[in-house]
Amino acid sequence: MARERNWISKINERREVMHIPDGYLGPATCGFFYVVMAPIWALASKVVKKTLNAKQVPLLAIGAAFSFVVMMFNVPIPGGTTGHAVGGVLVAILLGPWAASIAITVALVVQALLFGDGGITAIGANCFNMAFVLPFAGYYIYKAISYNAPVDSNRRVIAAGIAGYIGINIAAALAGVEFGIQPLLHHTANGQALYCPYGLPVALTAMVGEHMLVFGWVEAIVTALVIQYLQKQAPELLDPSANAQGRSRACRGIEEGRARP
Amino acid sequence: MKVTTKLWIGLAILIILSPLGLVVPEHFKAGSAWGEWGVDEMQKLVGYIPQGLEKLASIWNAPIPDYSFKGWEEKGLPHLSFAYIISAIVGIGLTVVVVMLLGKMLAKKDD
Repeated sequence: MARERNWISKINERREVMHIPDGYLGPATCGFFYVVMAPIWALASKVVKKTLNAKQVPLLAIGAAFSFVVMMFNVPIPGGTTGHAVGGVLVAILLGPWAASIAITVALVVQALLFGDGGITAIGANCFNMAFVLPFAGYYIYKAISYNAPVDSNRRVIAAGIAGYIGINIAAALAGVEFGIQPLLHHTANGQALYCPYGLPVALTAMVGEHMLVFGWVEAIVTALVIQYLQKQAPELLDPSANAQGRSRACRGIEEGRARP
Repeated sequence: MKVTTKLWIGLAILIILSPLGLVVPEHFKAGSAWGEWGVDEMQKLVGYIPQGLEKLASIWNAPIPDYSFKGWEEKGLPHLSFAYIISAIVGIGLTVVVVMLLGKMLAKKDD
């Protein structure tokens, strides 16, 4: 029983590192990222208003739901930490980085408010890492590598994998920096940290190391596999010439349950 | 079948499988990270508990903390897995509703 209690208490203290909890970032950092995110959220709504089609809304909801559930799949490093993919690069590839930003923000806010997964004071920072930088970095890396490649090409699958890997690693590095600057920003007269006590070398090495070794690969595989699946099931979603009109045509294709002729 | 229907089914399967995200880390004895997120562990590792951290850490009382019901901490892995699935349904349901509403507000009506 004692042993059982031990693992139960461990599960309840289970924290993965990507969702920054309350208490690890000082007020200055928390406030800073809320201030940074406010115009990004506003701009995202503006862009989505112009580009998102009513028929794409269910796909956006699926994207947000996908990101939510993927983040629940904690992957262990044996004896060490746990982490997870975000799924955000995939959403960005399918619906654009601005729409992805909104979808992931909603998932992160629900996770913080309802489940305490990620702190409420850190919503700005967590959204900056996972709902802004991650989808944008991933989206442009995918675009650069898959540039002009046919919709059914392997290059698109590989591009998606690389974009997922790099996107989540950049987000992890940012979280590492945010953790790591805390001892410099906030400490008592005798040098005790007030918030995250781990400095840049430790925090950055841990975050980037873990994501380069394990969690980055999870994001890469998830992103690449879904793109490969969609190449067969719904190639119109990957159409490179997907302008507003192309997208709406693509969506009509989905509605009618057929692939593009 | 519409692609969106297939994707919704895929999501439902992921929700049912989600307790793997709870059970597998436990199997490999993975839990706290570098930094050991528990306050006791931090005391051991760093030698003190940062004052600001201690104050801020409990600022928010989540209704379903860590995807588990309050008072279920002592129950076994099957119970926790069940709570995890319910949490996924509630969380994803709410996320979908919010995105749908936002989408309806923002998206163009044309086709």
